[in-house]
Amino acid sequence: MKEKSLFWKEHFWHGLISCCGLFVIVLTLAIGAFLVYKGSGTFTTYGHSIFEFLFSSDWSPVDSSKGGGSVGAAIFIVGSVSTCGLALLIATPFSLAAAIFMSEISPKLGTRFFRPAVELFVGIPSVIYGWVGLTTLVPAIRDLFDLNVGYSVLAAGIVLAIMIFPTITSVVTDAIKSVPNDYRKAAYGLGATRWQVIYQIVMPAAKPGVFTGIIMGLARAFGEALAVAMVIGRMRAFPTSILSPTTNLTAAIASDMGGSMDGGEYNTALWTMALLLFLISLLFIFIIHRIVGKGGVEKNESK
Amino acid sequence: MKANEKAKRVDRVMTWIFVAVAGFFILLLIAFALLVIGRGIAGFEPYMLSFTRDGIGNQLFNTVYLVVLALLFSVPLGIATGVYLAEYAKPGKVTHFLSICIETLSSLPSIVVGLFGYLVFIVMVGAQWNLVSGALAVSILNLPLIATTTKDAMESMPKGYRMGSMGLGATHWQTIRRVLLPACMPRILTGIILAAGRVFGEAAALLYTAGMSTDINWSNWDITSPTCPLNPFRPGETLALHIWASRTEAIRPDAAQIANFSSAVLLILVFAFSIGARVLGRRMERKLAGGK
Amino acid sequence: MMKKALVLGLAGAMLLGATGVVNAEEELSGSITGSGSSALLPLAQDAADAFKELHPDVSITLNGGGSGTGLNQVSNGSVDIGNSDVEAETKLEEDAAAELVDHRVCVVTMAAVVNKEVGESVTSLTKDQLIGIFTGEITNWTEVGGPDEDIVLITRPQTSGTRALFQEYALDGNEELSGGSLETDDSGTLLQSVADNPGAIGYVALPYLLNNDSVTAVAIDGVEPTLENTYNGTYPVWGYEHMYTKGEPSEVVQAYIDFIMSDEYGARIEEQGYGVTSKMTVER
Repeated sequence: MKEKSLFWKEHFWHGLISCCGLFVIVLTLAIGAFLVYKGSGTFTTYGHSIFEFLFSSDWSPVDSSKGGGSVGAAIFIVGSVSTCGLALLIATPFSLAAAIFMSEISPKLGTRFFRPAVELFVGIPSVIYGWVGLTTLVPAIRDLFDLNVGYSVLAAGIVLAIMIFPTITSVVTDAIKSVPNDYRKAAYGLGATRWQVIYQIVMPAAKPGVFTGIIMGLARAFGEALAVAMVIGRMRAFPTSILSPTTNLTAAIASDMGGSMDGGEYNTALWTMALLLFLISLLFIFIIHRIVGKGGVEKNESK
Repeated sequence: MKANEKAKRVDRVMTWIFVAVAGFFILLLIAFALLVIGRGIAGFEPYMLSFTRDGIGNQLFNTVYLVVLALLFSVPLGIATGVYLAEYAKPGKVTHFLSICIETLSSLPSIVVGLFGYLVFIVMVGAQWNLVSGALAVSILNLPLIATTTKDAMESMPKGYRMGSMGLGATHWQTIRRVLLPACMPRILTGIILAAGRVFGEAAALLYTAGMSTDINWSNWDITSPTCPLNPFRPGETLALHIWASRTEAIRPDAAQIANFSSAVLLILVFAFSIGARVLGRRMERKLAGGK
Repeated sequence: MMKKALVLGLAGAMLLGATGVVNAEEELSGSITGSGSSALLPLAQDAADAFKELHPDVSITLNGGGSGTGLNQVSNGSVDIGNSDVEAETKLEEDAAAELVDHRVCVVTMAAVVNKEVGESVTSLTKDQLIGIFTGEITNWTEVGGPDEDIVLITRPQTSGTRALFQEYALDGNEELSGGSLETDDSGTLLQSVADNPGAIGYVALPYLLNNDSVTAVAIDGVEPTLENTYNGTYPVWGYEHMYTKGEPSEVVQAYIDFIMSDEYGARIEEQGYGVTSKMTVER
């Protein structure tokens, strides 16, 4: 039995491995299909319009299969968008600066110390961020601004910003590093200062990578549930300022999904939110593909 | 010459800004870690380590056990998918679609995966909360990471490896199995450890799959018994979920301290894992290079 | 294995019935899972601990999540016991509710709680004031004789049984202001939020206040939320705590529920701030 047949040497494994690949496709499609199946009920079974779901702020779905409530999720959507927007606003400048520092200003310190440290923080569980936010940040915001409650868009934005900072930083650093060194040498040769090289040569060349990093950060922020739920306050009202509490999509799903009746209008509306989150993450991927597909610096060039 | 002077000044200012920002953030991260660990230690009482409902021993065990279970599913599937993409897949629509699928999986909000897991592994199967369902849900989340690491590692292998092996009459699979996979092992292993680190902290996907409570009996080793620690079909709360849940147990006066301590332990665990992955990866790479 | 143990346990229980030998119950083993009402959770947990001392081979895992969660999960079979503050009929479809068997294990009293700062001057509210506060008509504590502080409503989600009880008996059925309150998943978080935020008001079940002096309980129309006042019918905001099972419970689940309703455990029920059903002088 020393000499195995070609079947065992090749075809069997080829087939098995291909099946695994296929399985991943099936899995992804299954997740998508389930979400569509569960989430579309809001529009088919309960007859609400997509317009109502996206743009109305009247949220009072009935917790049974009778239906007849209203499912305007605009507050949740605005809550998600505003916290993530704020997080990006805070995190992006810092991330870009940190990435530039790591790759252009002090590569030695960057690769030796900074990079590993940042990557270490990519892995910190989000509940820890949430817990620290809840016990440290929320009271601090309350006292600092003399508010009644510290739960706020600001608290959620800061927690998310700290959370996505490592993600954006490491992607952007990769992008900057993949800018061919010849570009820099040529610019320095022409007498440019380091800032001029960074600002006028390196950053424009790394642009697609920078955007990819930002969108990946945004995707992570959008899908984060528990950390945000802990600090946002979960008040179902449009935020009037960054200091007011509001709620968001993931917090609503995390807290109410279990308690609402299976297949009821409330439950179905929550599934529609999950479907929306899924579609948004698809959108992000699409955007990244568009950015990368448009050219810019190819990854392999640096190798 | 004046423009040049100005440019130089701007350059100096910008450099300082970058140094300041980078320094600020690294300090912030360090302060964050110290805060978490410090608070954990400050509130520490020996009973917190016990394997009872007051301590977090059981949660710690559940976390590790769940990681092992999750890796049992995601490692074979992830490596196989990576191998398929790197070696067998012909460029075309299906392959392109597969890589989009992997990207989709990796960017799925974990709460969505948790809901999917709840629906499929709990409600449709008719089961109650259990560790296997949790592990399955989580393995959906770390599958993409393992698959991409494997694929990247395979693709970065020198062409000569493949040609040499096949030139000697090995089949494609034998080449993968005997030459490419062993050579890629350090990087794949690093990927796996990083993936494991993410499982440690996952909570949202487990909320409705693994359950939020634990009741096990350490003297019971009958694996079919629901109180046996090793029974994979029992509910089990992980550390991350425990932090989430301990806000809710305000009836216990020490809930905050327990959560602080759990956070510290979890943080140390995650750090240990990713530092371990790095060290191991480097060492294996060196060994491999030396053995050539 | 499990079947065998069950059969043995069943035989043991029969033996117990026949001869009255208490020790025969030691054979009991199996698992019990429960979820739902966070108002009932502390009692269920305590009873589980005591029950496990008698039957160490039984595994009991309990979760909170709210009455809706409990009813839902017991109805779709993902837990054995669904704990609820409200009748199953109010949350589930008729046919789903009909499958469930109700076990009224105790009585629970709900109390409005305020932040300590407010509690110094506001110790009692009339029902109208309470309704005004929770419907958003009264927005500052000065309007009810308190400090100059904005009122912060801290409530439970629509799926909560505590909320349903409070709404029905304290607010006379008036809907809470939607979109003006901070929602919290469970009573524990709610207490924490009320304690942390000046001007906050919320509501929890009495047992949560037993070992907790971080907030102040408010009397309604001058009647303190206590067990005596609940028993004699003067304090209106109370309800039965239900443990629902799908169909008749399995032997081990039945033993656990029987244990909670037994006289020997009754004393522990009051110690924890719940009411014993048999002591009620009024009925619902």
